[in-house]
Amino acid sequence: MQEYLPAVSTYAADIDNLILLVLVLVGPWFVVCNVVFFYFIYRYRAKPGVPSGYVTGEEKELKRFVTFPHLLVLLFDLLIIYGAVRVWVDVKQTLPEAPYETVRIIGQQWAWSFVHAGPDGKLDTADDIKTVEDLHIEVNKPYVYELEARDVLHSFSVPVFRLKQDAIPGRVIKGWFQASTTGEYDIQCAEICGIGHGVMFGRIKIESAEQHAAWMAEHATLSPSALAAR
Amino acid sequence: MAESVPVDGAHDLPEAHAHHEQSFWSKYVFSTDHKMIAMQYMFTGMAMALIGGFFAYTFRMQLAFPGVEVPGWGLVSAGEYNALVTNHGTIMIFWVAMPVLIAAFGNFLIPLMCGCDDMVFPRINRLSYQVFLLSAIVLLASFFVEGGGFGGAWTAYPPLSAKMEYSLTPLGSILWVSAVGLEFIAFLLGGINFVTTAMNSRAEGMGMYDIPVVVWMIVIASILFMASVGPLLAGAVMLLFDQTLGTGFYDPDKGGDPVLWQHLFWFFGHPEVYVVLLPALGMTADIMATFARKKLFAYKTILYTTFATGVLSFTVWAHHQFIAGIDPRMAHVFTITTLLISIPIAELCFVYIATLYKGSITLTTPMLWALSFVAEFLIGGVTGIFLGASGADIYFHDTYFVLAHFHYTFFPIAIIGTFAGVTYWFPKMFGRMMSDFWGKVHFWGTIIPFNCIFIPLFFLGLGGQHRRIYNYEHFPELAGQGMQDVRVFATVALLVMLVFQIVFLVNFFVSLRRGKKAPRNPWNANTLEWTTESPPPHGNFGSEMPKVYRGPYEYGTPGRDSDFWPQNEPS
Repeated sequence: MQEYLPAVSTYAADIDNLILLVLVLVGPWFVVCNVVFFYFIYRYRAKPGVPSGYVTGEEKELKRFVTFPHLLVLLFDLLIIYGAVRVWVDVKQTLPEAPYETVRIIGQQWAWSFVHAGPDGKLDTADDIKTVEDLHIEVNKPYVYELEARDVLHSFSVPVFRLKQDAIPGRVIKGWFQASTTGEYDIQCAEICGIGHGVMFGRIKIESAEQHAAWMAEHATLSPSALAAR
Repeated sequence: MAESVPVDGAHDLPEAHAHHEQSFWSKYVFSTDHKMIAMQYMFTGMAMALIGGFFAYTFRMQLAFPGVEVPGWGLVSAGEYNALVTNHGTIMIFWVAMPVLIAAFGNFLIPLMCGCDDMVFPRINRLSYQVFLLSAIVLLASFFVEGGGFGGAWTAYPPLSAKMEYSLTPLGSILWVSAVGLEFIAFLLGGINFVTTAMNSRAEGMGMYDIPVVVWMIVIASILFMASVGPLLAGAVMLLFDQTLGTGFYDPDKGGDPVLWQHLFWFFGHPEVYVVLLPALGMTADIMATFARKKLFAYKTILYTTFATGVLSFTVWAHHQFIAGIDPRMAHVFTITTLLISIPIAELCFVYIATLYKGSITLTTPMLWALSFVAEFLIGGVTGIFLGASGADIYFHDTYFVLAHFHYTFFPIAIIGTFAGVTYWFPKMFGRMMSDFWGKVHFWGTIIPFNCIFIPLFFLGLGGQHRRIYNYEHFPELAGQGMQDVRVFATVALLVMLVFQIVFLVNFFVSLRRGKKAPRNPWNANTLEWTTESPPPHGNFGSEMPKVYRGPYEYGTPGRDSDFWPQNEPS
């Protein structure tokens, strides 16, 4: 996976490994299946004077050639379910323990906008930093996002994080991520949202602690009372 | 003219099939003959396939050469692009796969293979086609109204599909949902007929286990369709009300819930995959048995496995919604059911491969199609496992990996299955043989480009390319030359594939006129349709209806001179 796309979140490697697990379990047997299939086509091609055999498929000694692979499929299914559930619980079902940063992500036709918590670390206070298109986060820090949609469905997708979550009008959906390296990457909208779906893009800017503090200092629009409160 | 019109419903009585001159209208347009209705469905489906294919050509050209005028269409705007992908999907599933696989082959094969003279309800059958035709006209009309065709994807998730100010296709969305609703009604009417005919109208002596697999599969598919479509039909009416009357079934501001539609849609949408898959699987089974000269491996296992697949298919729908905002704990349930459904499907695959064992295989054109169905569908099935694993779907959802995966299921179903069926039953349908040579040219000219289109799309999906984007220039990670080259390659492969479809059309229509006259049983097959004339007369079997003495797959039976044993031949 990493050859195609860098992995930049803490759980990206888990998801990649799950994909790899499926590939390793299923891939070789897919090949075996095809080899048998094409071998049969070649081996049992019509030859003059050679009649076809009469096989009902009810014979015990033949039926096991179907039964064994089929038990193997069951075994692989269980392994894959185990792997899938583990990754899912980690990415989608748990939130990091405090302290974490919060950010509000809002999808609307056809742009992503973001509300950064600002220096006080709380949303809906005077020092919130609102941006359109650019999401600024600090590397190696857990973030909990609150995902909202204003009009239609959107889907917040950051391929390098391997993260995707639909946004639904009328709901606030929480989730988390933690970036593992700095850099600047794509944010997509992965759910069709009207004629501007193709231009609904964003950028995620993962900054070091110093860079992030500098960005925040530059953009925080602190009201006097908020400043006093610090 | 009035005197020559037969009394409707007279087909229920065998003696009413005596030859009488029919006018053009009653023979071709208002016919109640199941074979004519099958042809109506098939030619309508083929015409719709040309439209769906043209849409694919147009949007693939836009993807490969963004912003360049597409010959035959012109510049593709973002809104048009959405309408094209939406209606490509809608047409190919509802107006190509459904009418051709279920309705055309179901209508043609069920009475002939069961050895009866017509469907049980011929007039309901005619009504079914008429409603279907109306639905197709309504859908096509949506492209010519103000605002253009609907562009909210074939899944039509609200609020985008429900509110005109979001979709910007005020009439297109209304026509789209109306057309889909009408289409469902048409197939409900058809489904009643298929099930009733196969269960109640079989030839004397044909027990449940003597029914050809393809008939069983169409019956099971019809039951799945009828059992799953109700909720979505209700959902479609609610969507229509949201669009036109301002109700708020899917509007959170009015107490509705947009995710409700997703449940209704996929509760139908996933069984629908099996609705179209089963007829194709059934045709493949019959064709493979015939050209391998082999009894089908474990006939009963195939039936039970198909039943199991059908039942399980009702329990997997929310794997389309893992990241749609459903309660995350629900994902576990649907991951388990989804992966479990791989067991019966894998079993079917093994049984099909086992059928080849000790066969005497002749690679005719229909056999090539049937074998390629198994090989290609296997890829579709295997890649589905990646998506069924909830953890991996977080990444794969709505990428080209999904797109490539379901094209590896739907292309074998709708295109390969159809070509297998048409090339196999063409002699029976039209009384003439198709050219085997040109059939093979068409086969290789379709199957090689098909893989060249969709294998690369898996890798684009792995690279993070998301769906339904008319131009990737705004996404630096996806706009690179390397990925653009892959898009161009896939588009060129599509062009090659489309050109080779001309070979099929020419072969089809020239054979229709000039092909060699077909004997009754050109493939030495066992099932009942091959015992009558090619094409079968009105009433199918003439004066004497067939009797059945054995199952449909007695090939290579020891102790016999010939390697086949027709079902109606007395022992």
